Order: sequence, then C-alpha cells, then structure tokens
Amino acid sequence: MNERQQFCSFHVDNLLFGVDVHKVQEVIRHLDITRVPSAPPSVRGLINLRSQIIAAIDVRRCLDLPDRLPHGLFVHLICRTEDGPVSFLVDEIGEVLELAEDALAFSPEALNGRLRECVCDAYKLPDRLLLVLDTERMLRAASAAECGATPGGAR
Amino acid sequence: MGEMDFIIKEFLVESNENLDQLDHDLVELESNPTSQELLGRIFRTVHSIKGTTGFLGFTKLGGVAHAGEHLLSRLRDGALVLHPATTTGLLSLVDALREMLTQIAEKGTEGNRDYTGLTNTLIHLSEGTHVGKDPPVPSKPVSRSLTSATGQTEAGETASPVAKIPPNELAGESGGGITQKQNTRASSRAAAGSNSGPQETPVSRERQAASAASLTGGSLRVDVHHLDDLMGLVGELVLTRNRVLQICQSHSDAASLATSQRLNVITSELQQGITKVRMQPIHSVWHKFPRLVRDLAVQCGKQVRLQMVGQETELDKGIIEAIQDPLTHLVRNAVDHGIETPEVRLVRGKPAEGCLELRAFRELDRVNIEISDDGAGIDADRVRQEAIDRKLITPDRAALLNARDTINLILLPGLSTAKSVTDISGRGVGMDVVKSNIERIGGTIEIESQEGAGTTIKIGIPLTLAIIPALLVTACGGHYAIPQVSVIELVRLGVLENKARIENVQGLLFYRLREELLPFRYLDAELQMHERVSEEGRQKGDDGAGVMVVLQSHDRQFGVMVDQVDETEEIIVRALEKRLKGVPLYAGATILGDGKVALILDVPALARRVCTTGDTVVRDPATRKNDSQTRAAETRPLLILEHRRNERVALPVSQVIRLQQFPRSHIERAGRQEMIQYDGGILPVFRICDLLADGQDRQSDTRPSEADDGKMDVIVCRRNGRAVGLMVERVLDIVEHDVSRRDSAGDHAMVAPAVINGRVTRILNVEDLFCTADPGSRPRPALVNAGA
Repeated sequence: MNERQQFCSFHVDNLLFGVDVHKVQEVIRHLDITRVPSAPPSVRGLINLRSQIIAAIDVRRCLDLPDRLPHGLFVHLICRTEDGPVSFLVDEIGEVLELAEDALAFSPEALNGRLRECVCDAYKLPDRLLLVLDTERMLRAASAAECGATPGGAR
Repeated sequence: MGEMDFIIKEFLVESNENLDQLDHDLVELESNPTSQELLGRIFRTVHSIKGTTGFLGFTKLGGVAHAGEHLLSRLRDGALVLHPATTTGLLSLVDALREMLTQIAEKGTEGNRDYTGLTNTLIHLSEGTHVGKDPPVPSKPVSRSLTSATGQTEAGETASPVAKIPPNELAGESGGGITQKQNTRASSRAAAGSNSGPQETPVSRERQAASAASLTGGSLRVDVHHLDDLMGLVGELVLTRNRVLQICQSHSDAASLATSQRLNVITSELQQGITKVRMQPIHSVWHKFPRLVRDLAVQCGKQVRLQMVGQETELDKGIIEAIQDPLTHLVRNAVDHGIETPEVRLVRGKPAEGCLELRAFRELDRVNIEISDDGAGIDADRVRQEAIDRKLITPDRAALLNARDTINLILLPGLSTAKSVTDISGRGVGMDVVKSNIERIGGTIEIESQEGAGTTIKIGIPLTLAIIPALLVTACGGHYAIPQVSVIELVRLGVLENKARIENVQGLLFYRLREELLPFRYLDAELQMHERVSEEGRQKGDDGAGVMVVLQSHDRQFGVMVDQVDETEEIIVRALEKRLKGVPLYAGATILGDGKVALILDVPALARRVCTTGDTVVRDPATRKNDSQTRAAETRPLLILEHRRNERVALPVSQVIRLQQFPRSHIERAGRQEMIQYDGGILPVFRICDLLADGQDRQSDTRPSEADDGKMDVIVCRRNGRAVGLMVERVLDIVEHDVSRRDSAGDHAMVAPAVINGRVTRILNVEDLFCTADPGSRPRPALVNAGA
C-alpha cells in the first residue's frame, strides 16, 4: 500500500509544484523565445527545440499568478502532452522527489481559484507542500479562460 | 516458392504498366489505324503477356491473350482493317487482363469470371465476320459481351462497350484500389492500375525490352516513403546550412569560409536534385485521359478529339497526386456537359468532332493548366438563376455581377455544374470540391466561358510545396517571414518623405506610390492590434523611417510598413501550434538560419484587414451588411463632402491624391483662374460649385465665406496625370460604398445619386466634373508642375 511515485519538482511564485516524472521530456535552462504578438497571454511564444517548433507556456499566467519581474529568466520544463511536447516556463527547477502515498496531505479541493482546477494532489514534505500539477488540465483551463475572455480567441 | 512469388510480382508490375501503355496505344491506333509501328508495339505487348502467363500457368489469362494476339497479328499483317468494334474489343481485352491481374495480385488465382464470351468476340473479330451487315449469331452460350460488342456495329456506337466489365472500370477510375493498397507493394501497383501505374510509364518502354526480374539499365524503383524521408532530411540540411553560413560569416578565417561555401553549393545541389527526383511530368496524370475521353465520348454518343500540349511539364509528386482527381473531374465535365453531340454541333455550324485541349506550361514558380473545349459553354443566366434559387446569392447582387463573375459562381459550394448545366446527375465531386482541392495546395482556378463557343478552365498551381522563398522583415522587435510570391516591391522611406506621402484619413492610411493611393498599415500596429499597447508606441511608428513592403493578394495590392527588411531565405513552412490557430495573422512558423523561430505572415488575411475599412468608418448599416456578404471589388471608399447647405456629394478616394487645408489668403489669381502655390509648383484650384454647373447663383453663392480669413479644405486630385485642386465647403467622412449599385438614374455630370449614411449623396467623377464645366476653364498644363 506504500507505493512510491517520482515527481519532478519546480518553483513558481514561492510555491513548490511537481509533475509526474514520466511526463517530463527534458529541462532546458536557456532558450530564445520568439514572441507571438496577439497570441493568448499564456503562450509566451515559440521555441526551437532541436528543429521542432513548440509553444512556451507561462505557468504563472496559466495559474493566474502574478507575472515575474521582467528580467527574470525562465527555465523550460519540456513535457509530453496530448498535443506533442510543450515547454512550461517555470521560475526554477527543483529535484526529483520520490514520495510515498502516505505523504499525501490533503485533497486539492481545499485550494482556491485556478490552483484548484489544475492541482491534482498535494504532498506533505518535511518543510513544505508539494502541489502536483496536471498539465493537461492546466492547459485546458488556461485556454478556456482565454477564449471566454475574448470571444474568437483573438487575444 | 519464394522465387516464384518474386517472378509473379515482377510480372504483375510489368504487365500493369504494359496495360496502361496498351490503353494509350489503342486509342492512338484508332486515329492512326495503319501505323505499323503502333500495331507492332501492341502486338509485342500482348504477345509478351501471353508468353509469361503460359510460363506461369495462368491458362485462362493466356487463352484470352492468345485470342487477342491472333486478332492483332491479322491486323498487323493487313488481313483486317481496324474497325471501331475491333478497338472496343481490344480495349475490353485490356480490361479483362487487368481484372485478372488484380485477382492474381489479391488471391493468387485468375478468378472465376468467365471470359469465353470475350474470347469468342475476339475470334469473330479476327475472322472479320463482324464487318458485314449481319452480325454472326453466336453459338449457344450467348455471352453478354458478344452481343454488346457486335451489336454495337449496328447501333452506331451508342452501346456502351465497356459496360460489361464495370467492376474493373470502376476500380481503375475511382481509386478503387483502396482495399488492395495494404497488400504488397507490387499488388498495390497492380490494383491501383491507372492510379499509380502511370507514374512509371515514361520508363516502361525500356522496361518492356528488359527481362522480367531485373533492375533495368537506367532506372530503379524507389519506395515513395524513402523519397519523402530524404526530402525531409534535405529540408533540415538546408536549415543547418543556413545556420553554418551565418556562423562562418562572423568567424572569418579562410578555411571555414571556404568549407562553408562548399557546403552551401553541395546543399543547394542536393536540394535541387531531390526536388527533381520528386518531379514528374504531368503526363503521368494525363496519360489516362485519352482512354477516359474515348470511353466517355462513346457513351455519350459524341465525337471528341483530345489534344494535349505540354505533357512534359513537371510538377512535384505530391502536387501531381493532389490534382489528379480535380483534373479528371474537369475532363469528364468537358466531355459530358461541355461538348455537344455531333448533330447539335453541325446545326450550330461547328465541325462534328469536338475538341478538348489540355495545355500545361510553366510560368516562373507556377504551373498553369488549361482545359478548354469548344463546346456549348456555360449559360451565365442559368447559373445566375440557379445560384439565386439556391439562395447562394441575392438577386440584387446577382444582377451586378458581370458575365465572368457569374460563371465563376459555379465554384460555390452547393452549385454543381452537373445540376445547373445539364440534367445528367453529377458524378462524384462538384466544382466546389475541385476548387477546394486546388486551393488546398495553394492553387487558383478560374473559369472563362462563352456561351456557344466553349469553356476554358485555368488552373495555376505551385511547383512544389515543401520549401518556399520568403522575405524576412523586422517589426515589433521580431523577425517575420512574408512568402516571396506575394511581394511586389519594396520602397524605402525616409522620415520626411514618409510623412509627406502618407495620407491619414480618419485612421485609414494611404501611401502615394507613383501617384496611386496604396492602402497600407503599420505591421507593428497590426500585430499588436489585440494587445494593450500604449498609444505612443503606435505613434512612434508614424514618424519613423521604414520600408514599405508592397504585397499582392488576389487582385488587391496593399502595403505593409515594416521597420526593416533583412533578407530573403528559403524556409520550410510548418503548421502553427494548436493554441495559436485562432490568431488571424499567421500562416505558419519556420526556423531561420540562426535557429530562431519566425512567424510567417498570412498575406490574404492581412489583405482582408487592410483593404476593407475599419468598422468605425462604415456607418451605414445597409452598406455594412452588404459588405459582409461579399467583400467584392465593387465597394470603394468614397470621400463625402458637404456642398452648399444640405447637399452632399462624394468622390472616389482612388481619384484623390490628398486632402489639404490652405489659408484662404493663399489663393492667387491668374486671369480667371484661381491657383495656389503648392509643392513647389502651381496648383490650379476650382470651386466645386462652379464645376457643378448647377447654380445660376454661381457668382453669389460662395462669396460670403471668403470674407472670413479661416482655412479651407482643398482636395488635390488627379486629372490627366496632373494635380488639380477642388475647393469644397467641408469634408465630412469616408465611407465604403457599393458604387455599382445604382439607386436611380443620374444626370450628366455624375454617377447616380445614392443613399449614403442615410443622406442622398451624388457620387462624382473627377473627369466628368471638368468636362461638364466650361472647357475654357481647363487648367493649362504648362502652368502646372505639381507632384513630387
């Protein structure tokens, strides 16, 4: 009953998040992002990942968290999603954590706002909480919010 | 065992190629019945099929082939003269052979179908008995094929000779090979018959000569997937090459420069090479048309001569595949609906034999294909009525269309030629599908037709799809790619010059390019349209120097102002990320030589935005509604002026060079002519109320306002290539108005009055205005030296 799962952890706005390590393709520290004017705000732009063009998604904007200071560099956490690889822009990358199920802290129902939609589990670490993100849900929530805000998806 | 399978496969592939060639040769033979060369070739082909079948033990196949061979030998020896029934019999033989080959490919046997009827027919034909008036009464097992083939002689070719083998015919024509395509490569070729087989025909002649299980002298079969993979790799190599070149240019040591140049050359050659390998002559689509046209013509009781010009024109394989179905459809249409029956043609004073011409030729990076017939043409009135009946267009709009636009209505979905032009029900796809198939590969289609004289369908398609040349520009601090095909010219603008030549009419921007008003936008502003950009950001662009990229989409030219033009580069177009599909600005993305991602601008979408005015200016709800229905070329921007109290007139913006305010004191006189010093020359000015010779009160009318020392609006417009000024009371607005809509008849000086913005407005034409005015008041050209 004590199954262990591995998570790739990362920091966004002083919160510690994690994604299933099997979903992570790679982590890249610096890549040029090509801005796409008029794109939805969560899409920061496009990057060239070894001749493959993929979208760079700002996790802060997806989760309705405040934007970072302008000079902050992003770390690209490249994950496999249903629509191919996507780069999630995070503040800093953490370690890979192996956690047992009994470390589960509480149900994400307790969270508020966008976090509640996107977080599927919360683990209790010795000094802090790890919020496990469901990347698909996060992408859906972000695009739904953006389409709703400006019909036609022009924004 | 394996050895045997291999031989059978080779036999199938070869035989199918040979059969395609046979189709072709037989139809040719019909028009040239005494050609020993053709007869010899046909004979050898049938003979070699017969020979191999005997060796492989396919007796039924061999039997039929033998009967055919016998008939052919008699023809070759001159013992028989070729008769239409003979050709039909021989074509039936080809169909039967193909059918059996398909069976062999699928099941390894010849199938259970009984071919004795066909064999008998062939035997009778070779005995020459069919030529007589009375067809030989066949022996008991009266096979259907025999009656149809011989009966045809009497019925004057109206019977359908191929109808007895419909399954095969269908499989051959309509991609019936789908089910078999998963089989081995060889069988898929065999089954697809006229679909994939044709591609090898250019080499089939040598192939015939070579022995069965071999790679023939100069050519080699290659799986298409390998080619596609190679094409993809070469694409990547081109990108890498671009990158290496950029890096090496900054580290300029001789060795790396030389190496990179070498790499450059090799890559270019490799790219050209692989592109060339994928190129196929258009013949590979066309070559099945002689048979198709012949069969259709016989079925419809028509006489059609097919001419094909430019068969050697080459196109990318992917494009060849994409145009196959549309072209087939158009050829069918031409025979089925276009060309009339011989009787009708004779009545109309045309030769009994109709002519269908296929032409292909290359024009820069496009290939044009024209399909023209000298048939009945398209009845524009009927098309119009059909479109109205189907509610595809309102009667009002339809009345405005010229003949050519009306005919092109048949490209609309829901309106098929088959239904509107003849009563024969449509076969397969309609014209709208043809159109969308052509447009999907970046092509265009246009129909020209003259009732009674024929129809020409013009198709333009790009040479290749994968790599396109593009112009890279900088705007908004980023690189953007514009497909080179859309770029007409580049104009560099300095700061001052820029300002002087730009007209900003209530947010609509025009640039005076060689005295034409070119609508344009700042790319910066367009890109950030939807973003919260500060006003000063946009303002900055207004003053700055830049480059005007003049673009063309369809018939419209427009400009896009960019910060800088960088270079041209060959780019690989990639589809856009799903989340960005909703942004109406980009056609795709690409990776540049420096590894950065660049967005490809969607030129048609930009054109739609630039060439139609913003909603703020179009105030008339009726106009706007019309606008959204069809943004056709009839709507033109009009400049609305107040002329005397309570009267409005309008001038087409296209005739206006600029609007300018002058202090009234600037008006000077030379005799009766008023003029203003302007732009280093003299601008003759006219009062619009004088020109509209509509006031006896001409003298008294305008004078009072002259007392005040304010400014006056002068419209500078073009007349006979020179600038003249029109003094007006007040400029009110610019609207998009459908100028071809006439609400009532007008008087001499102007196009009819129309209701614009809820007011009756007279639409003027500069030229008419001056002609009706006193000819003596024409500007003397020598005085005028306006314009930059």
